[in-house]
This record gives sequence, structure tokens and C-alpha cells, in this order.
Amino acid sequence: MLDLHEIELYTDIMGLHGLFEPDKLHKNYELIDERNQIRSKIIPSLEEAVRLSGLKDGMTISFHHHFRNGDYIVNLVLDTLARMGFKDLVVAASSLTDCHAPMIEHIQSGVVRRIETSGLRGKLAQAISNGVMNAPVVFRSHGGRAYAIETDELQIDVAFLGAPSSDAVGNANGYSRENNDKGIMCGAMGYAKCDATYANKTIILTDHIVPYPNAPFGIPESDVDFVVQVDAIGNAEGIMSGATRFTNNPKELLIAQLAADVIEMSGRFENGYSFQMGSGGASLAVAQFLREKMLRNNIKASFALGGITGRVVDLHEEGLVHKLLDVQSFDLIASQSLKNNRYHQQISASYYASPANSGTAVNQLDFTVLSALEVDCDFNVNVLTGSDGVIRGAIGGHPDTACGAAVSIVVVPLTRGRIPCVVQRVNTIVTPGKTVDVVVTEYGVGVNPQRKQLRENLAKAGIPLLTIEQLQQKAESLVGKPEPIRYLDKVVGIVAYRDNTIIDLIHQVQ
Amino acid sequence: MKLRRTMLFVPGNNPSLIRDAAIYNEDAIILDLEDAVSINEKDSARFLVYQALQSLDFRDKEVAVRINDPKTPIGKMDLKAVVKTRKAVIRLPKSECKEDIAECAAIIEEIERENGITVGTTRMMAAIESAIGVLNAKEIAFASPRLLSIALGAEDYCASIKTSRSANGQELLFARCMILQAARAAGIDCIDTVFSDLKNDEGFISEVETIHQLGFDGKSIIHPKQIQMVHAVFTPGEAKVQKAMAVVRAIVDARDKGLGVVSLNGKMIDRPVVLQAERTLMLASAAGLLSREDKEYARLA
Repeated sequence: MLDLHEIELYTDIMGLHGLFEPDKLHKNYELIDERNQIRSKIIPSLEEAVRLSGLKDGMTISFHHHFRNGDYIVNLVLDTLARMGFKDLVVAASSLTDCHAPMIEHIQSGVVRRIETSGLRGKLAQAISNGVMNAPVVFRSHGGRAYAIETDELQIDVAFLGAPSSDAVGNANGYSRENNDKGIMCGAMGYAKCDATYANKTIILTDHIVPYPNAPFGIPESDVDFVVQVDAIGNAEGIMSGATRFTNNPKELLIAQLAADVIEMSGRFENGYSFQMGSGGASLAVAQFLREKMLRNNIKASFALGGITGRVVDLHEEGLVHKLLDVQSFDLIASQSLKNNRYHQQISASYYASPANSGTAVNQLDFTVLSALEVDCDFNVNVLTGSDGVIRGAIGGHPDTACGAAVSIVVVPLTRGRIPCVVQRVNTIVTPGKTVDVVVTEYGVGVNPQRKQLRENLAKAGIPLLTIEQLQQKAESLVGKPEPIRYLDKVVGIVAYRDNTIIDLIHQVQ
Repeated sequence: MKLRRTMLFVPGNNPSLIRDAAIYNEDAIILDLEDAVSINEKDSARFLVYQALQSLDFRDKEVAVRINDPKTPIGKMDLKAVVKTRKAVIRLPKSECKEDIAECAAIIEEIERENGITVGTTRMMAAIESAIGVLNAKEIAFASPRLLSIALGAEDYCASIKTSRSANGQELLFARCMILQAARAAGIDCIDTVFSDLKNDEGFISEVETIHQLGFDGKSIIHPKQIQMVHAVFTPGEAKVQKAMAVVRAIVDARDKGLGVVSLNGKMIDRPVVLQAERTLMLASAAGLLSREDKEYARLA
């Protein structure tokens, strides 16, 4: 018999539970079928899973946006919770979009009290801009959201995470190597990974139960409490297109060519460099022009980060980009690549952009190419509100990559229709000008005066440089000065910077 | 001497395309009031083009406006609006004989007098789009000192000779040669027809190579994506640039030494060689191939 009193300072040591008792031990010896039944986390209905999760009125529920505009999960869950009589919930989604318009009803009926998201679009955005909610929506960047979750400042009580594949114990992923993905595939699930890790309870919703183990997995079973099989998790066409389309718009191509020239002449375009490109027309086209430059100069990138597109996968498969770090796959080619390519790594939102980690991937970037709704004379960028003051966008990783990358390049047309895009003061500051290095328009390039060396390098290379004020004046000379937007006093949105300090407020539109 | 490698057609009824016309690196812009504009939009397009000429910065690019037939009331109104701005060249639609040019020039002169504009300052460009026009190419090219260039319009021309366009363009060879000789004899520029199949880059480049070899100054284009392909063909090779630089240096040297005759490697340099060198250096400079020092030499010469 062991004598615990022999151990010096025994009572100071934590995490020991007294003496081992063999009689209490249960040895597993089930048959495969029995085991599958006993160990399974599959719950027959969503209602039952919600009851088991212990969800109560006023709690915080979370969702990811990997299904983009094809998402069924948010509406399905909120309809179910409304039927079950829940009230005053906080919806903390990694982002929300057009297809989430039915949430308006749940706001009006009191099911949803508050929203946290990266972005809003469509009717839901319009309703919120019109003041449908009592509490303001909190907008966080992808890095800022991960940071808030990690630090428990944003505590998720129950995460409802749609997954294109899961096994019975909750190993879930945005694809499956088992067999075909029933037409649904979203590639990386980087935003969901954070939620699953830190949520008090995690429920996986899937239409595709695969045999154990669902490896590789994006979300490990250890982070999952319940699995619910549903008829459909999303609409494949809304989730992703076959390949993100390469733009034919000559103006976007002109801007992209200029942005690629800026990268080449920046003084940092050398073997082992790294970049992130967005999925917008111009930023996507930059990848194509960079390819030519990489081949011509025999330069290879060490990695590409971010939302990964088929265009970037092409560069990887051609040997021009060594590794891909993928928090979100933008098209089927990117998803297929994540499934098949050895050096295509799925990463979480925290790994991607959390300011809590000094080694976070965005801090390893040489270049990021970002789009914008507006840029102002202090280089501040708005990607959230339109020229009418209505919310119509998403912060995404904009402020995260702008801060982390050594050279952040914003590509933006000088005007869109009759709307100036380089202005004296943006409607809403999302990314602070201090972190924006270059603005590329079809009329020329503006370099942040803080970046003297960069400016010198670009000037020497013959890049057409203008001051940001000249660009603003040019835009004004083309389309005039817009009437100021009329806002009411009510705050409908709080824009958090990536460190979760408040960088701007969004007011109700008149 | 002005480069006219690329003359970008822009529909005169499309505000955003007009606004963006000058952001590309084409040599010239043709705002089109004729074929691109339907009959019920002629007035609004004319108004739009007039306002654009008055208010937009076309970045020192040559701007022309293709007017409707000046014999018609619409064409006359086009002429009046454009000439008054003093900011654009008049690009005529189809010309078949010297009278077509002369009559239009007479109307322009009238508008110039009415508006206190120095007579003769409004320049013209013509286009030949029919069998009779091709046969009259010489008289058209010599019809007015206002003329800067003549261009071939292949679609209508092919219809008029009862054929259609082919991949190798053999049906256009006669017309191209006729128009080119006429333009060269008259000392004006010669511009080739548009190529409409935007998906066929290979065919486009091949056609540009053909007309470049024939001696054309440039090509009418309908999309900014065609600009770079044309300029690439028109960019002189390194050896040609070096030879042109040698000519230019010889001229400067001879002038410095007070010599009346310029010679290079023991051979006298005559005027055609000088002009050829000058054009080569313009093309090289436009393609960004000349150093600041080279440009200075070229300027001195």
C-alpha cells in the first residue's frame, strides 16, 4: 500500500486525485458496432443537442462564415432556437452576409439581442443601418475576433459549426478524403477552429458522416461535444465557385499591373518573400502579373497566406510559391489543393492573425494586396460602409494584414461610377492609415509619406507617383464633391481595431 | 511628328469609358459618335463628348472625334460641337473621293470663322472603307492640308469588294498597299483597321506584325488590352535603336564641328535616314528604352 504521507510537500502539488483504485477502472472491449454506438457523439436532433449543451437565454452562440452566401446553418439554428423559445442571445459570427436576412425577424422578436461579426451585407445590413437593433453591432477583424476569444473577452457558450464532413466523434473538416463531399466543400475552416477550441460547448452540424477517423481534420474530436446530422448545410453554388474568375476589366488589370510593379520595385521582391492577395478582381489579377515577374527574375516565394484562391494554388503547383497557409479557401481549386497538396496547410484564425501571438502569420508577410471601398488623405481605409453610409462590407483580415505585412498595398479605382474612392476623410475607419503603405489607382500610385525609402525605390523605378492629396483632387475633379451623408445620433455599429480598441463608430442612417 | 501606334475607339455614349479612356497608354483616342451610337442617342452622345472635351484631362493624348456623315444634319451638328472646343481632331467617317474631304473642310472653315478660331487649326483624319475610296486613295490623301492620317476600314471595304475577312488578310493587301502609298506620298500617317475578335490574341498580333512590316504607323483598336500587343510589335530592336543613336550622335557631332555634311562610318547620311532614325528613337523612347542621356541627344539632333 502506497503511503502518500511519505511525499514531501504532497499537498502543494495539484492535479493528483488520490490513490489508484483498480475496481473503478473500466476496460474497453466492445465490438466495433458496439463501440461506434457507445462512443458516438451523434445526437438525433438539433433540439436535443441544444438542450444537452445547456444553452440558456442571454448566452453567446457562434457561427463561422466558411459557407459564405450559401450558408444554411445560421438560419437553421436561429429558427430552431426561436421555436424552442430562446431569447436575448448574442450571435457571434465570424461574418454574416446576404443570405442571413431572416435574422431580422429574430432580432425583432427578441431572440437575438446583440451581434458580433466581421461584416454585414444585404437586407440585414440595411436593417441594422436603419436602427433595427437596440445594441450596436460589434465589428471585429479576423485577428481581433480570435484575440477576443482567446482572452475570454468574447466567451462563446455554444458554437454551432457547419462542416462538410465529420465522423461520429466530431473530427470535422471542410472536405473529406474518404470519398466525394456530396457536392459540399469549403476547404479550410480556420475561423471555426478558434470557436471549437474555446467554446464551452461545440456542436458540429454536418450532412456527411464519414467513418472514423476523419483525418485529416480541421476541428479535432477533443474540441467537439455533439454531432448533429442535418439534411443540408449549405448551397454548394453559394459556398464557392469552381474557380475565382480572372478579371477582364481593363481598369482592374491596369491597377493590378501597377500593383505588381510596385511589389517588384519595392526593394523587397527577392527569393523567399511572402504575400497575401485578396479575392477581388484587381488583387486577384496581381497574382498573375507577379507570376511573370517571378519567372523573369527567377524569384520564388516562401509562402502565400490568407484566403487562398485557385490562382495562388496555380503558383504553388508551378513551384513559384513553396507553401500555402490557408485560413479560408475561396474556390474549389483551393479546396481541392488543401485536400491534395502536401504543403497546403490549414490554419486557424488565431494562427493567421491574432495580435496575441507575435509570430502570427500576418507578421511574417512581406506584401499584402488589399481592396477598399474608400481611402482617405491620411491613408485610412474603409471596407465597411458604402457612400450612402449603409453597412455593406466586411473587415476580414484587412487591418491584420495591413499591420503585419512589411508593405501593405491597397488597390482601389479612383472612382466607382460617380462615387469618389479617394476622399478627404473616409466614412468609417477600419484600417488606420499608419499601417497602409501604398495606394494604387488607375491614375497613379500614392505612397505613405512615412515610408520614405519605399517612395524613393518606387520613384527611381519610374512608377508614376502622386501624393494622396493629388489623387483625392483628381477624383474630385472627375466626379465632384458628394453631399455629406445624413446620420442620426444612434450608434448602430462599433468598429474594433485588431487589438479590440474602438477605432470608429457607425451611426444610424437617416 | 506624333506617334499613332494605337488609336483607341471609345463609344461616345458611354460616360465611364470616356472618363477612363486616358488612363491607358494608347497614343490616341477616338471618341465615336458614328457607328457606336444608335440613332436615338446621337444628341446625348454629342453633348457628352462635348462636355468631356471641355472638362476631362486626356493627358496630352491626341483626341479625335469620329463624327457622323458631315453631309447630314447630325454630322453638321457634330462638327459644330467638336470644332468649337478646339480640343479634338475631326475623324471623318467613310470617304470616297477628294470632294468628301474638301466639303467637310469647308464646313469646318465656316465654323472656325464663326467662332474666331484661326482657320486651318482644326485637323482631320480620314478613313477609306470602299473599293472606290481605295482607288481614290491618292486624291483623298492630298485633299486637304488639314489631314493628319488616313485609315482603312476593313469591314465595309470587304463587303464592297464582295468578300469577307480571312485569317491571313490577303483580301486587304491591295487596299493596304494603296492607302499606304497614298499616305506616304502625301506625307501623312497611315492607320490600319480594327480587329474585333478580342479572344484571338494570336491572330491580332499576326495582323499587327503584317501591317507593321508593310509600313503602317499604327492600328485602330477597340479594347485597351490590345494596346500592349501593338506597342510590343512597334518597339524597335536593340540593334536598330543603336544604329539610330549613332545617326543622332553623328548629327550632333557634325553640328558641333560646324560641318555641313553629316557622315557616319564614311557614308553620308541623307534626310530619309535621319527621319527613320528620328522615328525609331521616338518609338524606343515611348517604349521606355532610352536613357535620359540618349533622349537628350535625340532632342539636340
